[in-house]
Amino acid sequence: MTEIFGIPTQALFGQLLIGLINGSFYALLSLGLAVIFGLLNIINFAHGAQYMLGAFCAYFLLNKWGLGYWWALVIAPIAVGITGVIIERTMLKPLYKLDHLYGLLLTFGLALVIQGLFRNEFGSSGLPYPITKELTGGHNLGFMFLPTYRAWVIVASLAICLATWFMIERTRLGAYLRAATENPQLVQAFGINVPRMITLTYGFGVGLAALAGVMAGPIYQVSPQMGADLIIVVFAVVVIGGMGSIMGSIVTGFGLGVIEGLTKVFYPEASNTVIFIIMAIVLLIKPAGLFGTQK
Amino acid sequence: MHATRKLSGAVILALAAMGAQAQVSDGVIKIGVMNDMSSLYADIGGPGSVTAARMAVEDFGAAKKGMKVEILSADHQNKPDVGSAIARQWYDVDKVDAIFDVPTSSVALAVNQVTRDKGKAFIVTGAATSDLTGKACSPNTIHWLYDTWMLANGTGGAIVKTGGDSWFFITADYAFGHALERDTAEVVKKNGGKVLGAVRAPLNTQDFSSFLLQAQASKAKIIGLANAGGDTINSIKQAAEFGIVKGGQNLAGLLVFITDVHGLGLQTAQGLILTENFYWDMNDQTRAWSKRFAARNGGKYPSMDHAGVYSAVLHYLKAVEAAKTDEGTKIIAQMKKMPTDDPLFGKGRVRADGRKIHPAYLFEVKKPSESKYPYDYYKVRATIPAEQAFRPEKEGGCPLVK
Amino acid sequence: MRHQKIALVIMAVLFALAPLAVYPVFIMKVMTFALFACAFNLLIGYGGLLSFGHAMFLGTAGYAAAHSAKVWGFPPELAILFGTGAAALLGVVTGLLAIRRQGIYFAMITLALAQMIYFYYLQVKFTGGEDGIQAVPRGTLFGFIDLSNIWAMYYTVLVIFLGGFLAIYRVIHSPFGQVLKCIRENEPRAISLGYDTTRYKLLAFVISATLAGLAGATKALVFQLASLTDVHWTMSGEVVLMTLLGGLGTIFGPVVGALIIISMENYLAQLGAWVTIVQGVIFVVCVLTFRRGVIGELASFLKKPL
Repeated sequence: MTEIFGIPTQALFGQLLIGLINGSFYALLSLGLAVIFGLLNIINFAHGAQYMLGAFCAYFLLNKWGLGYWWALVIAPIAVGITGVIIERTMLKPLYKLDHLYGLLLTFGLALVIQGLFRNEFGSSGLPYPITKELTGGHNLGFMFLPTYRAWVIVASLAICLATWFMIERTRLGAYLRAATENPQLVQAFGINVPRMITLTYGFGVGLAALAGVMAGPIYQVSPQMGADLIIVVFAVVVIGGMGSIMGSIVTGFGLGVIEGLTKVFYPEASNTVIFIIMAIVLLIKPAGLFGTQK
Repeated sequence: MHATRKLSGAVILALAAMGAQAQVSDGVIKIGVMNDMSSLYADIGGPGSVTAARMAVEDFGAAKKGMKVEILSADHQNKPDVGSAIARQWYDVDKVDAIFDVPTSSVALAVNQVTRDKGKAFIVTGAATSDLTGKACSPNTIHWLYDTWMLANGTGGAIVKTGGDSWFFITADYAFGHALERDTAEVVKKNGGKVLGAVRAPLNTQDFSSFLLQAQASKAKIIGLANAGGDTINSIKQAAEFGIVKGGQNLAGLLVFITDVHGLGLQTAQGLILTENFYWDMNDQTRAWSKRFAARNGGKYPSMDHAGVYSAVLHYLKAVEAAKTDEGTKIIAQMKKMPTDDPLFGKGRVRADGRKIHPAYLFEVKKPSESKYPYDYYKVRATIPAEQAFRPEKEGGCPLVK
Repeated sequence: MRHQKIALVIMAVLFALAPLAVYPVFIMKVMTFALFACAFNLLIGYGGLLSFGHAMFLGTAGYAAAHSAKVWGFPPELAILFGTGAAALLGVVTGLLAIRRQGIYFAMITLALAQMIYFYYLQVKFTGGEDGIQAVPRGTLFGFIDLSNIWAMYYTVLVIFLGGFLAIYRVIHSPFGQVLKCIRENEPRAISLGYDTTRYKLLAFVISATLAGLAGATKALVFQLASLTDVHWTMSGEVVLMTLLGGLGTIFGPVVGALIIISMENYLAQLGAWVTIVQGVIFVVCVLTFRRGVIGELASFLKKPL
């Protein structure tokens, strides 16, 4: 058997694929964070909590109303997105003109409240969410056993990421959005309701987090703490990709998933830390991130 | 002469009784229940432990016997610094006489130290490190429930004997995970099995698939999970997803509680082998108590930690009654002197090194089709008698053992 | 300036008398965190640099002091000195790397460095992993003050706290502090005035790291414990919250912020899971209604800098 650094090539392929799958969650989450930061200038620290809300929403839909996974994929992002809209309207609005720090703190506080309430209600061990029937089982790829659900995650998130990128970078709506971040007054003067656009953008970003939560439910446990530690990693992904860069966060998300996957083979203890090492190196060499432009 | 001697005897007795009364510090016995109220292990102990302690006080009939017992509780957030600060403050300011529960080994070791410095009493039910009755043993501490040695011996020993002789460990990368792996590997080797490898996963890892693939590639018959809480749950869940068990390998959870099984659901957890000291569905007494407990705990059935807190508080109060004092060192000595007996664990004793002795059970998680009613999760595979379940007193290296 | 000095004397007297009414160990905790927050505030409030990795200095000093006192048998004064020195050294190294970036990038670089330091402490043997270094001896200060006596310990901590606080007070009011404020307001102008801003920022960073280290080393001796909590990123977050709640860029704000946060953690511990909810609500309310922090709002009400 061929080996690379003492690891059989076949096993290495398996690990690379796993890394890519994990990367797709990073990409989805950091995409939402990047969209929100790019347009609202707010570092949404509640992103992890909103991801958790998505998973819980799917759980309720299934257990209270009998609506399965496919319904959850549609309903959860909308429902959580609406809570996002309410938060934006009532709390975030006054903060746009201020330092990033205040938005970060406010959303951090919100995350504490949301996670605390859910923990009081549902405990900490989490709740099971089954893989939907259509996606159970798996395929033997020769070098590894690939569960169908994981294959679905990678395809679905890639599609969503690219669609979002297309919408923001290539459509008229996206052009308005980008213009509004550069110069809101001017765009407003063209007769576009900028505040509403910003509100909907926040709702959209939050909806993406919820969508990632629904997709994560069957793999991880649906638990109140599921997003608490993730947020700081995802934030690092956004910084490495370049704050506010859509493509940057997508590519970096997948890329870091792969790097993290390889670390789990060669130096597993460091697999939680490797992202920060990369962040430090990138920031020292390319201050605005891989895909960012320094303003 | 004779009469006076009798009389003086009575006076002395009366005085002694008064003295004893006065020795229950400030007339109130204060019990502190300290555990993780808000994160990873909140379901294992958490507010449920406070409920269990309260039930023990009621069942003991403290009020009828004229004993005033107060219960305090606090969240140590699984941090040794927070835990030791709370313990200090409880002893210094709130005049707490004894601390119970305290899951998370690092916190328990810290509270163990503070308790010893202050000469109070500490009864651990929640933490697993066998150091508490080994090199860190103290005349002020009793380790009431499971420890790493018992878990390793129960699960590891039994599995090797039934043919699971090659192991691969997925270990949480912290001192406790390392201890669990080390203890289990020793048992495996002693019983003629071999360890093919181990991988150290950072604490609170979300995705275990990479580690599971490595375990799969090792071709070991048994994948030992030397982790706890959310890490265990996620690794079991993802092992099912990757068809590990279907592929012929078995999982051994080294520290799994019934609350974890409940969270996983039987569909995922079925076939898992684990060791515990308590299961609610053992006999009429445990069933009766557990149903009473569940009624007061939002319908959630007790974990072994909850049962442990109940029986520990009960024994503590009996000792206070017998010794007529709540002074830490004396009461721990009294608890060691008296045999233990309660509806949940039956008869037992506390050894000189502070180890409470009771049987351990090797359970297997039922298939969904075998489960007939709520929380009908385990079947007993083996019972390890009390005297064999724990590390022999001599081997722990505890200075209290002569 | 006079009212600041009066406030300072009031604060010193309050802390000196507080143990008559309140549990002394609790106030010692408040003082160590207050010093930590003041050190942090020097950097963000006066230098405009948001560090999101300040826990690394607190934790490093704690480990160094605890290890030197427990294993090498250092007396307390040397242990504290050694811990503080270790933090200062780390401050120089990380400062040289981080100071080249600004704003959010500066915050992220300090976070990344702190995460690496955390990983290092998790892996090396001498820190004892999640158990930490326990049962650290307090020892006898200068060979004749037995610190196992609670009062001796208390007033030692008080002296350290006031010393650190005065040092920061001096720095802020020195010409160096003025230049720092100038850089915060308008860095290009400071450069055009001929100041080597990088050097000023680096010096501020190192001073801040050193004093954070002093707090960490003292804390390790008070609680006889050095643990991973003090190096974790949530600790870096906590010091931001303390400073913000008390009032960014005010002299007394961080002290008040530390007092509020530590009291909350202490007295709400009974509430269990509700602690984080209450904390979250307070932060939301704080950001929405009084952004300048407790002391900041008070100062603007009195129209005097505090």
